[in-house]
Amino acid sequence: MKLILNIAWTHVSTRVRQTLVGMAGVSMGVGFTIMMAGLMQGSQLDFLRQLVDTMPHITIEDERRSVPTQPAEQEYGAVQMADIANVGKRPGIKYPESVMNSLRSWIPGDVAPSAKTTAIINHGGARIGITLTGIDPRREVQVSKLASQMREGKIDDLSRAPNGIIMGEALAEKLGVKAGDTVLLIGGQGIQLNSTVAGLYRSGMKRVDESQIYSLMGPAQVMMGQNGVVNQLRLRLNDPMLAQKVAAQVEAQTGYKSVSWQEANADLLSSFTVRDFIVLTVMGAMLLTSSFATYNIISTITHEKRQDIAIMKSLGMREYAVRRIFIIEAAIIGIVGILFGWILGYLLCYGWSKITIFSPLTGTTTPISIYYSAMHYVVVGAISLLCCAGAAYFPARKATRVHPVEIIRGAS
Amino acid sequence: MTEVALQAVDLVRRIEGDVSHTLVNGIDLAVNKGEFVAITGPSGSGKSSLLYLLGLLDAPSEGEVMICGQPTSKLSESERADVRLTKCGFVFQFHFLLPEFTSLDNVLLPMRAAGVMAEGEMRKRGLALLDSLGLAEHANKRPNQLSGGQRQRVAIARALANRPEIIVADEPTGALDTKSTEQVFSILRDIADNGQTVIVVTHDPALAARADRRVHIVDGKIAEITERGGAELVSPSIAPCEISHA
Repeated sequence: MKLILNIAWTHVSTRVRQTLVGMAGVSMGVGFTIMMAGLMQGSQLDFLRQLVDTMPHITIEDERRSVPTQPAEQEYGAVQMADIANVGKRPGIKYPESVMNSLRSWIPGDVAPSAKTTAIINHGGARIGITLTGIDPRREVQVSKLASQMREGKIDDLSRAPNGIIMGEALAEKLGVKAGDTVLLIGGQGIQLNSTVAGLYRSGMKRVDESQIYSLMGPAQVMMGQNGVVNQLRLRLNDPMLAQKVAAQVEAQTGYKSVSWQEANADLLSSFTVRDFIVLTVMGAMLLTSSFATYNIISTITHEKRQDIAIMKSLGMREYAVRRIFIIEAAIIGIVGILFGWILGYLLCYGWSKITIFSPLTGTTTPISIYYSAMHYVVVGAISLLCCAGAAYFPARKATRVHPVEIIRGAS
Repeated sequence: MTEVALQAVDLVRRIEGDVSHTLVNGIDLAVNKGEFVAITGPSGSGKSSLLYLLGLLDAPSEGEVMICGQPTSKLSESERADVRLTKCGFVFQFHFLLPEFTSLDNVLLPMRAAGVMAEGEMRKRGLALLDSLGLAEHANKRPNQLSGGQRQRVAIARALANRPEIIVADEPTGALDTKSTEQVFSILRDIADNGQTVIVVTHDPALAARADRRVHIVDGKIAEITERGGAELVSPSIAPCEISHA
């Protein structure tokens, strides 16, 4: 092995320019792949963080996923039910306090009630459809980041202003209102309510900021025409990634439809999967392309060293031992290239993280999100090394298969 | 009874193709231990092909090569490589030294490949070999810093590194001047005198005459075997060499 290492090292160290070009190729591939991985995962996680912060992790709604089994179905197996009317049934979750107390005993997080309805907000001739969510300010801080998203006023101001509401900055801008102004809310049953803008928030998601307003439970229940109703329980978990599992357990326990944030954004998350696939393909192609430099160098060396290969074989070195020389040469180029690639990747990520960009959606200037992960370095390094070894194997195999007599005769 | 170092039995090397071509055609030859045999013949007569077969660099189409009594036709390529490493030493017309390595490193190459000796022991032997061939002061020079004769002597030292039973040399003086040719041949003669078997392919009749036996090849067959001093042992295509199945 020492001999093989010695020959391999001699080959790469006596071809400084070729070796450096090969190492630079690997370094570029590794560095830019790490940068891409950090950028893509950083932006994705940043988006998810905003998404998770903006909405409850689990929403329990006053509806069932499937129509409850009808008495006739219980009696007769062959009965088929169609167009079942929901006659005279009061909306809302039954005994919400009991349900919440029960959930609090086992869920890893907290739960708060809300009354959700749709309304039209009318101001200065503008009529915009919105979602009105009635909340309990004391409990709201346990389940949402609304308090920290406030740009003007506080959540508690809902109690101080007459029929106070909190709306997103984007909606306020659209309507031309500011904190303290009065707007008219019109409910589905024609109920009208003059409300005072108690505060403004910014979630970072324009879709939410333009359509979601908050009030106390009372005004929202008035707009629904259902006093005292709670039609939504919102849960916030210590670990948002547990939402799907907990939602399934909650649904099994309560019977109410429980929607995790993942389910609510399934289409978005599936688009991430497609994006991940595309990014992985591009990164794989980058690493593969960088290994072509290694292939080129090993091909050149094996071609130049045909006589040496022949003489080593004629002296009695086995074919695989000679082949190993060139694979080790590629490994030397690969390992040094990867080490420099790691440094390059880190510096590129660091450089990107210092760049700030203006988002016209949120109206803010934020630094580019980079996700630093040791796994990126390990995986990219391992794949690159594998590509280098593969790139060396084929020219080395071809070269060492040559019969030494052919070369010796040709040289004599 | 004289011990046979190498023996060829009905050796045939044929190149198959659109037109089949026979390089070596039914050669029987036994070379004794410590014997110096010169193979001569016109260009294209098959003498180098015979040498490659005897040194296990090439595999025969038919027949058998026995080295120290061991048949080799059934050996795998790896096993043949092992035999070459331990039992045969090669010297070619072109020195074939590894250009990035020093003379000493080139001599150490077969020893390192065999991996039998310790590094210190290998270096000691390598230096001793170079010294014995008058190259002590050139041990740390690379091939491009040596003359043609010096390079060929380094190649001989490399061939001797693993103390092989047989030294196989293919026109080792073909690219050398008169003085270097004389030096190289003297060295090969000394090697044989010290008990190692030497088989040399040469065009030079004067040098061939200094071998213990001269085997003249024509059209892939032994045309004549002459002992040192001129006694003709064999006349066209008859080779009653001593065959010992050790």
